[in-house]
Formats: sequence, C-alpha cells, structure tokens
Amino acid sequence: MSTLLAIARSYVLRRVLLALLVMWAAFTVVFVILYLVPGDPALLIAGGDGGLQVTPEQLEQIRHDYGFDQPIFLQYLHALGGLVTGDLGTSYQMKQPVTTLLFSQIGSTTALAMFALVLAIILGCLIGAAAVYTRSRILSKTLDALPPVGASLPAFWVGLMLMQFFSFAIPLFPSAGDAGFPSLVLPGVTMAIVGSASIAQVFARALRTSYAEPYVEIARSKGAGRMRVFLAHAARNALLPTVTVMGILVANLFAYSTISEMIFSRNGLGLALDKAVQSKDIPMVEGAVLVIAGVYVVTNLVVDLLYPVLDPRLRTAKRRSRALSRNRDLVTL
Amino acid sequence: MIAVPVEPRLAPVSRGRATATVLRDIVRKPSLLISAVVLLLVILWALVPQVFSSYDPIRANVSDLLKAPSLTHLFGTDELGRDIFTRMVYGTGRSLIAPIVAVAIGLVAGSIIGLLAGYLGKFVDGVLMRFVDVILAVPMLVLAMTIVTALGFGSLQLAIGVGIGMIASVARVMRAEVMRVRHSMFVDAERSMGARTWYIIVRHVLPSAAGPVLVLAVLDFVQAILAIAALTFLGFGAPPPTPEWGSIVSAGQPYLSTAWWICCLPGLTIAVFAVCVNRVARELQERNAR
Repeated sequence: MSTLLAIARSYVLRRVLLALLVMWAAFTVVFVILYLVPGDPALLIAGGDGGLQVTPEQLEQIRHDYGFDQPIFLQYLHALGGLVTGDLGTSYQMKQPVTTLLFSQIGSTTALAMFALVLAIILGCLIGAAAVYTRSRILSKTLDALPPVGASLPAFWVGLMLMQFFSFAIPLFPSAGDAGFPSLVLPGVTMAIVGSASIAQVFARALRTSYAEPYVEIARSKGAGRMRVFLAHAARNALLPTVTVMGILVANLFAYSTISEMIFSRNGLGLALDKAVQSKDIPMVEGAVLVIAGVYVVTNLVVDLLYPVLDPRLRTAKRRSRALSRNRDLVTL
Repeated sequence: MIAVPVEPRLAPVSRGRATATVLRDIVRKPSLLISAVVLLLVILWALVPQVFSSYDPIRANVSDLLKAPSLTHLFGTDELGRDIFTRMVYGTGRSLIAPIVAVAIGLVAGSIIGLLAGYLGKFVDGVLMRFVDVILAVPMLVLAMTIVTALGFGSLQLAIGVGIGMIASVARVMRAEVMRVRHSMFVDAERSMGARTWYIIVRHVLPSAAGPVLVLAVLDFVQAILAIAALTFLGFGAPPPTPEWGSIVSAGQPYLSTAWWICCLPGLTIAVFAVCVNRVARELQERNAR
C-alpha cells in the first residue's frame, strides 16, 4: 500500500500537473492564433457585411459588451478566468453560451467515437494478433499488408462508399441522422477502418518484439502450448505500446468525427467545429478545439496512469524511465 | 554518460552500385514496382496535364451532364458537364504542391526546433518540447482548421496549417539525433581539438539524422495528402471552379445515389495514390533500418 502511495505522490502528481500545463498552453496558443483573424469581430457578430446596416453606435455597444475595446492582455486574462469557471464565451452566430452549445453536441460525438474505438480495437487487435500468431507465411504477409492500406484510405471516401453500398444500393443502414444504434454503424465503421490500422501495426510490432524476449523461450521449454505463450506472455507484454496508441486514437476519433458527421449529417462536435470555422465564429472554434485538446490530454493522462497498473516494472521510478523509452520506440514510426 | 556508441560516417558505396541495387530491388518486388509506376504517372499528371486529356477542366458543357464512365469520359462527367478525369489530372498539381509545402514547413521548422532543443538543453529544451506537446495535443485536422480560420481559406493556408501540425514529429526525431551525437566519444574528441558547434551540426548531426527524418518526411507526406484532401473536401481549400482532389469528391455528394462516379472514382484515385506513396515510404523505412 505504501508503494502505491509513493507512486501516487510523485508520478501521478507530475502527470496531472503536466496535463494542466498542456491544456493551458493549448488555450493560449489557440487564443493567439484566433486573435490574428483579420476583420472586425464586432462586424461579424452584428451580421457581417451581408447588407445589414449597422450604426457605429451599435458596433461600439457590441465591442463594449464583448470586451473588444480592452487591451489584448486583459481580454486574455478575462478569457482565462472564464475558462476556469467553465464559461467559454458567447457564440458569434448563435448568440448563446458556447459551453451550452458544445455540451448539447458532445453526446452524439462521444457515442460515435466510443463505438468506433471499440470496433477499431477489436479489428486492429485481431488483425495484428493473427498476423503474428499464424503459421502460414502467406496469411501473415497478407495481414501485414492490410493496415498500411487501411491507413492510406481517405476517410471521407470510405464513408461515401459505405453510404453508397450499404445505404443506397442495399438499404441496410440509415444515411443520415443520429437517432439510435443503426445510425452509428456506417460512420463508426468508416472511422474504425482507419483507426484499426494503427492499432494493428503497433500491436503486431510489439508482439514480434516480445516474442523475441527470453521469457518466451523459457516458457516454451517449460512446456507451455502456443496459445498460452501467446496470451499469457507475448500479448500481455505487447499491451503497453498498444494502449498508448489507443489513447492517441481516441483524440483523433473526436477530431476526425468532423468528416463522418458531415457526410452522415450527424449533429455533433465535429460538425459544430466545421460550421464555426465556415462562419468565423471564434469562440465556438476556441471552445471546440479546447474540448478536443482536453479529450487528448485526459485520455493520455488515463493511459499514463494505467502504465504502472499494467506493467509491474513501471512501479519503481528507476525502471520506469527505461521501460517508458522502450515503449516510446515501439510507438513512434 | 555512456551512450550507444555512434559510428563516424564511413565513405558511401559508389553511386553506380547504389543505383543498381535500388533498381534491382524495385523490379524484384511487384508491389513496389506498381507503386513507383503510379507515382511517376501522377507526377506526370501534375507536370504535363495537357498530354493526358484534351477536355477543358473548368468550362461547363451543357450537353454532357452527368454521363457515366465510358471510353470517351474515363471517369464520367459531373453536374456541369465537365470531364472528371480531366479535372483530376489538372487538379493534381495543386493537390500535390500543398502537401509538399506542408512537409517542407514541418521539416524546416521541426528541424530547427529539434536542433535548438537538443543542443541548448535544459530550460530551452523543456520550453520547446512543451510547445511541441501542445501541437501534438491538437489533432492535425483541428489545428489546420483553426489556422484556416485565422488565415482564410485556400491551398496555401491549408498547407501552412497542416505543416505546423507536422513540426512535432520532426522536432522529436531531430532532438533525439542531436542528443545521441552530442554525447558520443568522437564528437568529444573533435571538440577537444577545437571543432565549432556549427561544424559538428553540419558534418555529423545532419547526415546522421537524414535517414530517419527522410523516412518520417515521406510518411508525413502521405498523411499530408490525406489531411489536405479531407480539408478540401470539407470546403476549406481553393474556391470553385478550381479543381482540387478533395473538392471534386465533395461536389459529387448530392449525386451519390445516381451519379456515383463523381465521388467514387476520384476518391479511389486518391486512395490508390496514397497507398502507393505509403508503399514507397515503407520501403525506405526498411532500407533505413538495415
């Protein structure tokens, strides 16, 4: 118990602080980038130059309401303060609090992302495992060749093709909307195909690495069967880098949901981001980016905190850095 | 710190023999051969589009609306009567330059950051790597969309947005290489003889990093192609009627159930091209690891 407390104090604390730091940095960077947007935000709020006659007094009023007449640093501090209290500003287009708007959309995207994640994990692990476990060289080579192809497919094209075949040609699944499970299938499969590619590649590589380790030979010499060696030894040790990739995948799923949501007309975070960019709705863009960055940071934090649980070698600080750098080598490239 | 020993650069194999080995390898592996041919074909599309098609990619042709693929129109025609194959061929230049620019930005900026972080160490390293972490925290698509909000829509702006997203991986690799070389014994020896930092960077760090960075660049190129295609599909690229791979596919969306070829065939082209570049990238990866 005391070991866990010791880990908790140093490792967990450092990880959480790091996560907060990255979130703050992301917020600042996005704020700076969007501050560079040319044009008068007051005009954007008032309705752009779509022929609407806005008096200078109205513009001044808008500027005062939104705080544009304050120096940039004060605006930044104000925004930062708002972030801490959970207020992300007001949308230019919808004139509603960004937080409310985002929260109404996030459920749909979360459902889609989770579904795609589960599919990607199952598909990726199956393909990666089969590629390494099989005795047939032809099968192994074929399965090894699949993930690179999957990773090179443009997601929007896959989505459109799935829609064409399984929604129009053979009416199996709905092509639009976010009501109920059937509407999840096509967009989920779209994202899962690309996502499973990276999982399969990393899992296969990690499996091959762990097969080369001495404990596999020892287990075999003690009489362990193929499946036991695979499950209890090789796969277990291959989990670490795979879980890392899964963490990265979650954030990517939230981001790339934009494409699926546009194609399949789902009302989610990605679509909101897309609309916000099209209409230069800066607070919405900021909010959506922050949510996605937040997902990434939180997921990675969870994965980081899972490491000592998954791998006993990581429970002592000394062996941690060695094991973690080996893990990083398996994940990159 | 006793690091993994770094070998000083040996004299390379003569140019002639190296080329012969490469060509022999290409011919031996059919998938690599096909990929190389496809790559060459697409590059030719970009350089001399007129050779491949005599139709006009921009002018509408009311008599040829929504024709299915045939011998006269390889990919069929779109809702304005334009030959889609022609639009793809003419759009190749723009759709290839953007990813190239993006990768170039990522390479240059990433290398500089990696070099600085690796060499100056401690505080500078910490700050720069946190900055890289932020870039990593925001997925490339979203980062590019944010930058496009600020800079406006268009191919160049997309390239900048995607390029900034690529800085992270290059910076990491560069930094790792710098740290590896810095602590090696022969560099210590050279420093004791008075070698300047600049000399060591150019003579040792850069050539040693060239291999992994090159592989990374080609892999990033595939990602850039797909990301820019997706972004132009979403509508953030050049405005119509300029042909761009992603926007050609997106224009076919309303006609998916009837004129499926507008979406299917251009998208298939993008997919095939990306798969081939990926094949070449993996080949480079294997060679580099050898």
